Amino acid sequence: MEYILIIISAVFVNNIVLTRFLGICPFLGVSNKFSSALGMSGGVIFVMTLSTTVTFLINQYVLVPLKVPFLQTIIYILVIAALVQIVEIILKKVSPALYQALGVYLPLITTNCTILGVALLVVQNNMTLAKAIVFAVANGAGFSFALLLFAGVRERMELSDIPEALKGVPISLITAGLLSMAFMGFAGVVK
Amino acid sequence: MNQRANFLKGFLRENPILVLVLGTCPTLAVTTSAVSGIGMGLATTFVLICSNAAIAMIKDLIPDKVRIPCYIVVIAAFVTIVDLLMAAYTPALHATLGIFIPLIVVNCIILGRAESYAAKNAVLPSIIDGTGMGLGFTLALLVMGVVRELLGSGSFFGHKFITGDGMLMFVLAPGAFICLGFLIALVNGINRKLAGR
Repeated sequence: MEYILIIISAVFVNNIVLTRFLGICPFLGVSNKFSSALGMSGGVIFVMTLSTTVTFLINQYVLVPLKVPFLQTIIYILVIAALVQIVEIILKKVSPALYQALGVYLPLITTNCTILGVALLVVQNNMTLAKAIVFAVANGAGFSFALLLFAGVRERMELSDIPEALKGVPISLITAGLLSMAFMGFAGVVK
Repeated sequence: MNQRANFLKGFLRENPILVLVLGTCPTLAVTTSAVSGIGMGLATTFVLICSNAAIAMIKDLIPDKVRIPCYIVVIAAFVTIVDLLMAAYTPALHATLGIFIPLIVVNCIILGRAESYAAKNAVLPSIIDGTGMGLGFTLALLVMGVVRELLGSGSFFGHKFITGDGMLMFVLAPGAFICLGFLIALVNGINRKLAGR
């Protein structure tokens, strides 16, 4: 039950993009086309789960015993950058088809703040390993959900008549605001 | 380009948030009030100046292939310094900004300036570039913070001048998106007018 609550909370109530404001750059950047949004979503779920697990273990068994948790930021970002690189190399070798689909999005994921954000949130909330993994998967799913919804909306927006100054980023942000307002309807469902 | 123009470009013409649209995450998240907007802006400015200076100094020592990880480590080191300093001297602000202080590491403005400016220029121009960009970022955060605080809770820098609540929506998530959207549209319009003249 607890795990189901974590999932509902991460996907709907505290959606990582629309209420926690993490990962806005890829949210605005790759949501022009549904297909690229799909590729990015897959990459984020995969890397987020992997990096949260690894950083959790490093924090638990290296940083805390050595009493250097203040090095978290530096170590975490290095681990994430290295992991992304490793995933890229392995994917290229093992599954060229998947690499074709996700390849271009992988380097972008290093600077995606959702990954580092989730790794840090796990530490802040003192989660156990099992909870951390569920939390990571759920947040990845939440990111994908928001991204895909938004990509769907933006594809339609291409056809509409928008004032000159509002074209591009501004209208996207305003649309995201309306989407976020819709998600506020879920507030209070889970504490 | 002379140094005056180098300094000033960050404010309007190449404002990191309003024109280049970099670093939107902290912009949306921490601007619920003017004070936290300035706090975040100045913390980022500090990191930006230091990392620009450091990277401009060591740029010839870094092999080209591993430059991005090297830049990230330099940036992460300065972010850790800011994080610890803020925890010690401004604990209230540190608590409000929370997770967004360590997340300065992945703020694309900083890595962007390192890659596109500090890696190609001398130390002094890099510092000036960092200062201008940082203050431009701070200015945008300040404007966002003031507008959202004014509409959302009816106060200005914490001084409340209405009774009851403001339009709560502007303090919450949707207001952030909508406010930034209109602000960018405004700057777009101004820049277009200036260019047309």
